[in-house]
Amino acid sequence: MKKFILNDNVQKILASLTAILIGFIFGFLILLFAASIKTQATNPIEGFITIITGGMRYNGIKGFGIILRYTTPVLLTGLSVGFAFKTGLFNIGAAGQFVMGGFTAAYIAIKWTFIPLEFLWIVALLGAIVVGGIWGMISGVLKAYRNVNEVISSIMLNYIGMITVSNLVFTIKDRFNPSRSQVPLSRIPTFGLDKVFGLNTVDFGIFIAIAVAILIYIVLEKTSFGYELKACGYNREAARYAGINDKKGIILSMTIAGALSGLGGALVYISSITKVFDQSLVLQREGFDGISVALLGLSNPLGIIFSSFFISMLRNAGSSLSRAGFNDEVIRIMTSTIIYASAFSLLFRDKIHKLFNKKEGK
Amino acid sequence: MEYVIEMQGITKIFPGIIANDNVDLKVKKGEIHALLGENGAGKSTLMSVLFGLYKPEKGKIIINGEEASIKNPNDANRYGIGMVHQHFKLVHNFTVLENVILGVESVRHGRLLMDEARKKVIELSQKYSLFIEPDALISDISVGMQQRVEILKMLYRENDLLIFDEPTAVLTPQEIDELMKIMKDLVAEGKTIIFITHKLNEIKAVADRVTILRKGKYIDTVDVSMSSKETLSELMVGRKVLLEVEKTMAQPKEVVLEVKHLIVKSKNHNKNKVNDVSFKLHRGEILCIAGIEGNGQTDLVYALTGLEKVSSGQIIYKGEDITHRSIRYRNLKGMAHIPEDRHKHGLVLDYNVAENLILQDYHTNKFQTKGFLKFKKIYDNADELIERYDIRSGSGARSIARSMSGGNQQKAIVARELETHPDVLIAVQPTRGLDVGAIEYIHRILIEQRDKGKAILLVSLELSEVMSVSDRILVIYEGELVGQADPALVSQQELGLYMSGSKREVLE
Ligand SMILES: Nc1ncnc2c1ncn2[C@@H]1O[C@H](COP(=O)(O)OP(=O)(O)OP(=O)(O)O)[C@@H](O)[C@H]1O
Ligand SMILES: [Mg+2]
Repeated sequence: MKKFILNDNVQKILASLTAILIGFIFGFLILLFAASIKTQATNPIEGFITIITGGMRYNGIKGFGIILRYTTPVLLTGLSVGFAFKTGLFNIGAAGQFVMGGFTAAYIAIKWTFIPLEFLWIVALLGAIVVGGIWGMISGVLKAYRNVNEVISSIMLNYIGMITVSNLVFTIKDRFNPSRSQVPLSRIPTFGLDKVFGLNTVDFGIFIAIAVAILIYIVLEKTSFGYELKACGYNREAARYAGINDKKGIILSMTIAGALSGLGGALVYISSITKVFDQSLVLQREGFDGISVALLGLSNPLGIIFSSFFISMLRNAGSSLSRAGFNDEVIRIMTSTIIYASAFSLLFRDKIHKLFNKKEGK
Repeated sequence: MEYVIEMQGITKIFPGIIANDNVDLKVKKGEIHALLGENGAGKSTLMSVLFGLYKPEKGKIIINGEEASIKNPNDANRYGIGMVHQHFKLVHNFTVLENVILGVESVRHGRLLMDEARKKVIELSQKYSLFIEPDALISDISVGMQQRVEILKMLYRENDLLIFDEPTAVLTPQEIDELMKIMKDLVAEGKTIIFITHKLNEIKAVADRVTILRKGKYIDTVDVSMSSKETLSELMVGRKVLLEVEKTMAQPKEVVLEVKHLIVKSKNHNKNKVNDVSFKLHRGEILCIAGIEGNGQTDLVYALTGLEKVSSGQIIYKGEDITHRSIRYRNLKGMAHIPEDRHKHGLVLDYNVAENLILQDYHTNKFQTKGFLKFKKIYDNADELIERYDIRSGSGARSIARSMSGGNQQKAIVARELETHPDVLIAVQPTRGLDVGAIEYIHRILIEQRDKGKAILLVSLELSEVMSVSDRILVIYEGELVGQADPALVSQQELGLYMSGSKREVLE
């Protein structure tokens, strides 16, 4: 038992769970507090049950499908941020890469009809990967050759991406509603998932996302390429000393991170549900949720599979929270609390360590 | 009341290792108390316990006769305990002054009172002849100066018990002499010092008493004046150690590395960092570049290994011009490099031992196929090297490099570089921070490699190492080679003259 608890990975998981627990407790306190000052009918217990069931008590199996639908993009943006973290970079530009990838996919799926529709969505995904990758690569090149901090360049690229897309929406505009884009004809198939979870929920994209997570895990942990990238991330000078091309490492890391976010965008904008572009200038939420997902998943691709599901569960709960008389901002507060708490995860690990070592002593 | 500090029965356990096993330490007021022990014996750990960084599982600390509870460095500071760590803890983009006051800033109405602090810092610096420039950035000053900043931090906090964890490992011989003097001055002022070092000369020179640890256990405390270097090292290692290197005459063969008129320009000054350096390195010899730190040896090594660009001149290696070749190319051609700074270049501190041991050849077929790492091979390799080079740590091959003792980190680097079976080994301070037993071992391997026909370029600040290991000495001064000597014929004094630039001969 002790050995199990002191295992490094088990400790990491325990620390994340502790963070989640703290988030829940804090969320519950917020509910209680809100209930005490609100005049209309509220029920904190109801609200809390909604949160911990991820809202599925209201929409059941369909709710589960909706959670998976949210999971798909944030799993990828989470991987994007997490992958960059592991290689020593902070990719805050997921939102820009996401929207650029999403737009590219939609554009290809609408315009390139010379390709048979059965395959077109695959081409669209590849296009999103390329364009998202380029968007990430720009930050990588600037960092490698000009020593421009990737945080700054990628924040700027978020806005550049957002405005670019907003200005390009007209190229694929809808005939009846010119301020919006068309619904692509070729979309990600559902392979019968809609029969299980109901219409407009999850599609094959979730499997792509999970497969990519496993792939990234293998690349990072099992290959010499991953070894190089992590070495660059942990200690750039030592990597250089070992003959690793550090500039190439940085550029490749950012490119891969961008490609992941780009793919995430594609999995939303050509998904089986019909999400379209409009000309509004807002950064997409998925980009920033990726940061939370990566932090909570401790940048481990397998951890990110779970954390993205968890964050999506909360998001689904948020949309049902009004039934208990609460605003869904509670969810955001909870998410932030969890992120803060997981930033202290080292501290928890230390405590867990001490606790169990002490028990042994007695 | 005889002792200022009494540590009784201290036990500190890390996963897989008992770093301190029921250790006692008694320090008298006003003495310099040395702490001696092999790499990984638990010296730094014991001091970290005293300084409040680690909480021991057992044991108590008695200060001036009363039991003290030290939970963190702030408590330690309250008891007047200060520490200079083995690897300094300074903020590199802060100035000296900012670093000194960090954590004990005096403020009025939320504003820093820098002027008072500056006055006090300058006063202290003068009093103890530290020659500190308060406004210099840490990143711009030498390691020796950084250490003085650490000392100043303790003085500024008015600490009475000063802990020095291997302060001399990173210093030049001159700086060491100066530090010894500073330490004596401090003691004369009524301070008490605990001094960790592997160099027996230094213990003989300044310490009053010495406590010896071995494998986490307390062995003995003895008076320095009553014990010889031989007895000390025997107490420490548990066997007799050869303090002198035994070696036969070198039999140099053909030239393997030739440097012609090498120039490395400086970015900031118009003076070249390496200026018109030419020399030949033969198989079967240990050639030493001696010099005072900061005279271009670092840049020369960077240029040879490809870490820094050469401005002009040529590097011919095995008949091939490699002046502009990549680092990887040079490695693959059989050049190995034990770097000067083990944390900057030598190790990925967040990788474990096994991962660090393949840093140079993870990409070869030995450790990967088709891009996939062969973990079984990697861990077998690590287990073997750990055994052969006696690399000690808590969890063997899986210990994270960061958690290892300084000397064992160094052993891991040396093991890795020697295992690439290089034709040319560029070893910069290869024994920095190692205990006498480990030094003996590394020196023996260097000579063994030499006798196998390998060429070794040794860069060392340690004159005794230079004199005893090398076959030929080149002295570098301000980026230029100013003298050549045969270690059997030259005296340390004469070398010193070359090194300080007072003597110079024209090399062919
Ligand atoms: N934070 C840590 N986590 C795990 N193990 C540790 C940690 N710190 C030290 N150790 C282990 O405890 C042992 C003692 O280490 P310590 O640093 O005290 O040695 P030392 O006597 O200072 O050696 P050196 O002369 O090489 O500096 C080593 O085996 C080291 O691997
Ligand atoms: Mg130490």
